[in-house]
Amino acid sequence: MSVNPMLDVIVTDVVEVNSLIKRFHFKLPDGSPLPAFSGGAHVVIEMQDGEQIRRTPYSLMSSPLDTSDYQISIRRDDEGRGGSLYMHREVSKGMKMRLSPPTNLFALDNRSGKQLMIAGGIGITPFLAQTAQMIARGGAFELHYGVRSRELGSYIDELGARIGHRLHCYIGDEGQKIDFDGLLSSQPAGTHVYVCGPEPMINHVLERAKANGWPDSHVHYEHFAKAPAGQPFTFELKASGKTIEVGENQSMLEAMEAAGIDAPYLCRGGACGHCESDVIEVDGEVQHEDHWLDDDEKASGKKIMPCVSRFCGKRLVIDR
Amino acid sequence: MSSEIPPSIKSRPVYGTLSPVEANAHLIIADDAGGSVILELAKQVPDGFWDKAEIHYTNTNPGGEQDHTEALEALGCPRLFIAPTIHSALPRLRRSLERSKMGTQLYLTGSEQLLSLAMKTGMEAGLDYAGMQTQHRGSLARRMQCVHCKGFTEDVTTNPANCSHCELLLLVRDHYSRRFAAFQGVNINAEDPTDIPEKVEEFL
Amino acid sequence: MSTASKIEFRDETFRDDFTFKNSPETVLRAPFPFDNDEYMYAVNMELHKDGKKGTAFEQPIDVDEHYLSEMHDRALVLDEDPLRCQSLPHMTLAGWDTLELLMVSKAEGYPDLFSLSRDGDNWHWINRPMNIDQKFVFGDETTLPYGPLEYITRQAQGDFCVLDERDGNLWMDAGMVTTQADWSLDFDIGMNFFEWHAPVPLAHEKGIFKRALKYLLAIQQSNPARRLNWTMTVNPRLDTSPEHYHQWGPENTHITPENVADKLFLRIELQSFWRLPRSNGMLFPIRCYMLSMRDLTTVPKWAKRFHRVLNTLPPEIGSYKGLDNFRQIAIDYLANYDDGKDTSPGPFPD
Repeated sequence: MSVNPMLDVIVTDVVEVNSLIKRFHFKLPDGSPLPAFSGGAHVVIEMQDGEQIRRTPYSLMSSPLDTSDYQISIRRDDEGRGGSLYMHREVSKGMKMRLSPPTNLFALDNRSGKQLMIAGGIGITPFLAQTAQMIARGGAFELHYGVRSRELGSYIDELGARIGHRLHCYIGDEGQKIDFDGLLSSQPAGTHVYVCGPEPMINHVLERAKANGWPDSHVHYEHFAKAPAGQPFTFELKASGKTIEVGENQSMLEAMEAAGIDAPYLCRGGACGHCESDVIEVDGEVQHEDHWLDDDEKASGKKIMPCVSRFCGKRLVIDR
Repeated sequence: MSSEIPPSIKSRPVYGTLSPVEANAHLIIADDAGGSVILELAKQVPDGFWDKAEIHYTNTNPGGEQDHTEALEALGCPRLFIAPTIHSALPRLRRSLERSKMGTQLYLTGSEQLLSLAMKTGMEAGLDYAGMQTQHRGSLARRMQCVHCKGFTEDVTTNPANCSHCELLLLVRDHYSRRFAAFQGVNINAEDPTDIPEKVEEFL
Repeated sequence: MSTASKIEFRDETFRDDFTFKNSPETVLRAPFPFDNDEYMYAVNMELHKDGKKGTAFEQPIDVDEHYLSEMHDRALVLDEDPLRCQSLPHMTLAGWDTLELLMVSKAEGYPDLFSLSRDGDNWHWINRPMNIDQKFVFGDETTLPYGPLEYITRQAQGDFCVLDERDGNLWMDAGMVTTQADWSLDFDIGMNFFEWHAPVPLAHEKGIFKRALKYLLAIQQSNPARRLNWTMTVNPRLDTSPEHYHQWGPENTHITPENVADKLFLRIELQSFWRLPRSNGMLFPIRCYMLSMRDLTTVPKWAKRFHRVLNTLPPEIGSYKGLDNFRQIAIDYLANYDDGKDTSPGPFPD
């Protein structure tokens, strides 16, 4: 279950930011302000794509200080599961859509230490909202933004105007690279680091932070994980007695939703733990694709994260 | 040899065992018997460890059995600070923490009061306590806050114990505040002030 | 959804001469915490929405006949001990979130008592019962007589804990706590969920707090939850803080069969759990309802049920809740009202 009633909104603008990225603006039909939120929050967009209902989370990039509209930026992924393609191709000004109210799984630590932000590509979006809040509130921060090319460097000018010297840009095809070790070894005590971008970049930052002696509680990341595709399979639900068929490009969670089951979720990306389900019976192999369960839990086979994980084998029964 | 602290409620700090980790700098804070823990740690550290280390050692009884100053000096650490009491060590520790960079691993070892106060000082410099290594050795005497008058009493070894400010007789609970680096003391004989339970030496 | 309140506010005390009394309607609307005849800890959370009419759940932020007297008692507590309201420096934004939540809820629920009008950040708040007419700038502390948390909670019944979410845990980093059952905000401020619950016996081993934390972290805006907690108090004293324990503690031994009906109270805590939008923190209001033993006997089902609950309560829980001095006296009194027959399911009066 989305845990929350969805918001009915209207698409008020679709802006082509560059060759890969579009920005979407949403307002409430009566023009009243949308719910307040904290920088780093995301909304889950519900898309009616033919027969299929897609639900995909996107960070809010708009300023939390102005909720007359919500803005998100989406990078078109031609190899992806279709969410970004749908948004780029099918969504236009005037369309009605539904959004979940904002949820924040990538919040800044509110205490007074320095915030070190590292963004890669479209990972800039949560930092747009966070820097707006930080500029208004005060507090020390720096944003290091790596992009492949200047053309793809969305919002560099806007950010520069807003945060000035705190912005450091690295244009990949001009040979500029973020010096992660240099950054991570030179921060004052009490700094927190936040990273958002492609998975290899996040993994690299996590690894370098650890090697440089950073405690885990000072390192924060948000990864727009996608449920991986795989062989179709079937599983059963003990509580509702249903048998669910999962398609190649569909997650267990999506398959349950398509079957009318109201299953809990928050991030839909295997990171937040809210869809955690008990495995009642298993004859086969659970393919864990999440970042939530620890190694023991994964090995025990007693738990599964239906938003991203899959199964291969004779029988899987979960407690839903 | 580390002391056995009996398992208790979830707010009572639980200490571990120090072990060297990969970090850009190492900041070690100890008192008295904690010096011997540092010497044990020294047997496991990789080459170059001490070049990046700083030790703050409180030695409350020079010449006594738990005075490890000489052995600590022999480690060859570029910065070794010796203080006569925990409180006299804290301002220098605070300054070191303010100047330190992220990637500095903290190692705290020694008496309960040393661990309490060093951890509090680290937290005030913006460091999460979860990242600090701790190992207890030596005295279990406590700092206590009187919930009634808000005064702190140090070196509490008995239960119950009198508040050194308002003199109420307090039950010394295991409920602990990291912010105060103190255990909670609550009036033990409120219902009958003439009932004065015997003070038992409990935190030695 | 609003109600025309027509509340007659009482003028009563929660200390010294203890003139507190419940009118019969207030007794009937109380959130009786027992669903059945035996009590055990549970993560007894439910959604806090679409409240049942004629009960304390009707409005998400409840106002009753004790409002003005409770606010007066709060002001006295704060005069004596300002440490009962504290906010760590990073919690100011959460304080503004709290101010908005309480003002909006009160104005929507009781429009004849409270009004809120907003023009951008220029807000105008009217609290008729307390004769307050305040214009201020939302987000600017200099435009209010107190910080936002203290300002609004001096006008709202119950205690308020304001939590910061960090590192998969909740941290009690601000609060207004003047009606608590025996815990100290000054000591507990800065602790996380497990640490401030450390003194509660039995519950940790059963994994109750782990499950509760997970449920709480999933709570999002506009979807609050609630649970009920309970203890017992001698005299209708709101301020049963550890700070004053040496003053009220001795009263625990003063219950006799002759005075138990009017001097011993079931103290119910309605805890609700709200997500705060701009700070991503959480607000836990703890609203206190007191029913004397005599009040309970006016609702036959409740007298019977509470008799049975007290009779079967595990000793550790009884001791932790501080009931040892008067538990048996209460049991003996309520036994007179227990005919041994079955009680209907659910907590509401028949």
